[in-house]
Amino acid sequence: MIPELGHFALILAFFVALVQGVLPLVGAHKNRADWIAVARPATAATFLLVGVSFACLTWAFYVNDFSVEYVAGHSNTQLPLMYRLSAVWGGHEGSLLLWVFMLVGWAAAVAAFSRQLPAAMVARVLGVLGLVTVGLMAFVILTSNPFDRLMSPPAEGRSLNPLLQDPGLIYHPPLLYMGYVGMAVAYAFAMAALLAGQLDAAWARWSRPWTTVAWVFLTLGIALGSWWAYYELGWGGWWFWDPVENASFMPWLVATALIHSLAVTEKRGSFKNWTVLLAIAAFSLSLLGTFLVRSGVLTSVHAFATDPKRGLFILILLAIVVGASLLLFAARAPKVSLGGRFELVSRETFLLVNNVLLVVACGAVLLGTLYPLIVDAFGGGKISVGPPYFNAVFIPIMLPLLVLVALGPVARWKQADLPAMLKKLWPAAVVAVAAGIVLPMLAGKWHAYVALALALVGWMTAALVLQTIERFKAGSPTASWWGMQLAHFGLAVMVVGIAMVSTYEEERDVRMEPGETVSVGGHTFKFHGVRESRGPNYTADVGDFDVFLANGKFLRKLYPEKRDYDTSQMPMTEAAIDPGFTRDVYVSLAEPLSPDKENGPWAVRVYFKPFVGWIWGGSLLMALGGLLAAADRRYRIRAKSSSAVPAGAPA
Amino acid sequence: MKSRHKRIALIGGGLAAIGLAATLVLNALNSNIAFFVTPTEVAQGKAPQGQIFRIGGMVKEGSIRRDNLTVHFAITDTATAVPVVYTGILPDLFQEGKGAVAQGRINPDGTFTATEVLAKHDENYMPPEAQHAVDQAQKAQKTLKQ
Repeated sequence: MIPELGHFALILAFFVALVQGVLPLVGAHKNRADWIAVARPATAATFLLVGVSFACLTWAFYVNDFSVEYVAGHSNTQLPLMYRLSAVWGGHEGSLLLWVFMLVGWAAAVAAFSRQLPAAMVARVLGVLGLVTVGLMAFVILTSNPFDRLMSPPAEGRSLNPLLQDPGLIYHPPLLYMGYVGMAVAYAFAMAALLAGQLDAAWARWSRPWTTVAWVFLTLGIALGSWWAYYELGWGGWWFWDPVENASFMPWLVATALIHSLAVTEKRGSFKNWTVLLAIAAFSLSLLGTFLVRSGVLTSVHAFATDPKRGLFILILLAIVVGASLLLFAARAPKVSLGGRFELVSRETFLLVNNVLLVVACGAVLLGTLYPLIVDAFGGGKISVGPPYFNAVFIPIMLPLLVLVALGPVARWKQADLPAMLKKLWPAAVVAVAAGIVLPMLAGKWHAYVALALALVGWMTAALVLQTIERFKAGSPTASWWGMQLAHFGLAVMVVGIAMVSTYEEERDVRMEPGETVSVGGHTFKFHGVRESRGPNYTADVGDFDVFLANGKFLRKLYPEKRDYDTSQMPMTEAAIDPGFTRDVYVSLAEPLSPDKENGPWAVRVYFKPFVGWIWGGSLLMALGGLLAAADRRYRIRAKSSSAVPAGAPA
Repeated sequence: MKSRHKRIALIGGGLAAIGLAATLVLNALNSNIAFFVTPTEVAQGKAPQGQIFRIGGMVKEGSIRRDNLTVHFAITDTATAVPVVYTGILPDLFQEGKGAVAQGRINPDGTFTATEVLAKHDENYMPPEAQHAVDQAQKAQKTLKQ
């Protein structure tokens, strides 16, 4: 009964979303206050109904109702409760329901926290979100209904893919989806502004905090995914340029460009068309990401057994979204004023270059990701594009960005004085050179790549300090200014991690007999054999390792596991990691090399990963910076007039 | 600076950046593409010599032989099998009778030295390239029988 209730609530939500998508938009167009007033209650109703539907699916997992096909495929009586509940989004159908739930959640949040916005604007934003909801709900209901029943329910479920039985499943998909779906809000604001023909600074100001918060979620989601892959997949890598990683990274790159471009639109009224295009692109790339993940067209770690019908549906949805948005844009863009003029050397130019670099980087990633599909579609045979391509293209495009991060914030709007800026920043250049020469030598071996990266980090960090001193001369800074500084500092921290780990990491695959030792990165691992142990729904071979420091001092024990889940043919490697501020050491058991598992030799992989944690630490700082910026007081102040242009900007 | 000059400078800078990026991209793309070749095509000598490429299909039953960290196995598309040598640690789901994709080079003696064996993360999932190889071989066999 409960699953039917969930299904029914979902279908009802579809029709309410249709109302939410149509009436307010028409009402805003015809200036009918009664239709505009429908927007908020309809949004709340959609949210409640989808919430009920989501709760019903969660209940089905809680009680292990195996008559529901999706539950039977992803749960099991032995599955611990925590994973049973997160298994709700452990498969295709449920994860799409989560997608929809988050979408209506964002819409409800916009409805609740936009009291200071004009009613017609809110109606348009909620209307556009309603239409997006309709599209995705049609997808769920028609192709991926999680409430489908089985005629003869099995006594036991097939259980969750062992790889997903990890706390990562609890956090990573919801955060990532919050980010993906949050791009729909930025998109809805842009569409609403286009529909109203009111692309102005006020629109940018309303859109900014929402876009920034969505960006924060996307940042956290990607970082957590990277961390999860690092410890769970047992390969010790933190980024693989896998198509699905790229699918989440492309919207991130564009969203990063978007939050910078919105700053120009808000402060100076310029870049409006460009900002709208970025908002469209960010959401379209989110949809493209969903398509790539869900259609199985690409070989990927995230690809699951799939149904081509589903891919086609998302592709059509994507075509409608992109097509309709660009048509609307083409119709409205010529009427948009150009906004404040600016000189060649000005903060606008620096932000423009930032945008161009980020978008070009995104384009390069997109090309590399889709190239195999394109070649295949034109009969060029099956090919794959490897990580070296992405590294060779992405890194050179990003380097100038790291130089500019120091310059942009000290440049004045409209017209900046380059010699004066350089005069202010020369100490940073000295720090950069010193950091590039000295720091790599301290790390052991001087290496041009790491020297360049650390020089840039020195440049960025010193410039941050100089910027802060400069800023305090002009009075105490705002929260959003601190947010920017923190996010830029996070970027510097992340660059340290990437440069150090890619240059100085050590990896060894070895055959180890009990009693043997292996050394990596100044740490020695002693293997004491393997014993069998029993988990809630698996048996594990647990390796016993002692880790010693270079001076022979005992550091700690590590217990990597090789698990065999009862419901699966698939063995699972659980790496054991000793995390540290300046390095991780990492050991994983590969396979027994003789029938005697307990006392025989094993294939073992050990890693030394210097500064790897800084990659995720840096992402966390970026996300915190974003939160700080979004919390700025000025977004909560009621806009005086809907077309307010900041003082001093030429009309 | 006049606004015309400014515009020319901006456009020029933009074009230069895009040109540079395009060069980077094409260059990198050229040197980092791995073609996908089915085991039958390898047997017919259609594999690119001295170049990295991928083969895919099923891991042949009974073909896995371990010699410490070096693993010998064969990848088959059900018609032809190619012997593969790989040194290192294999992904968890690498099993006989299951789909696999390997990347590496072909040796003069016809064995394939893999530098990478691709993982899949769901038992029911078959890498599209492996599926393609098997489909191709079965199609060819059907045409032969007719």
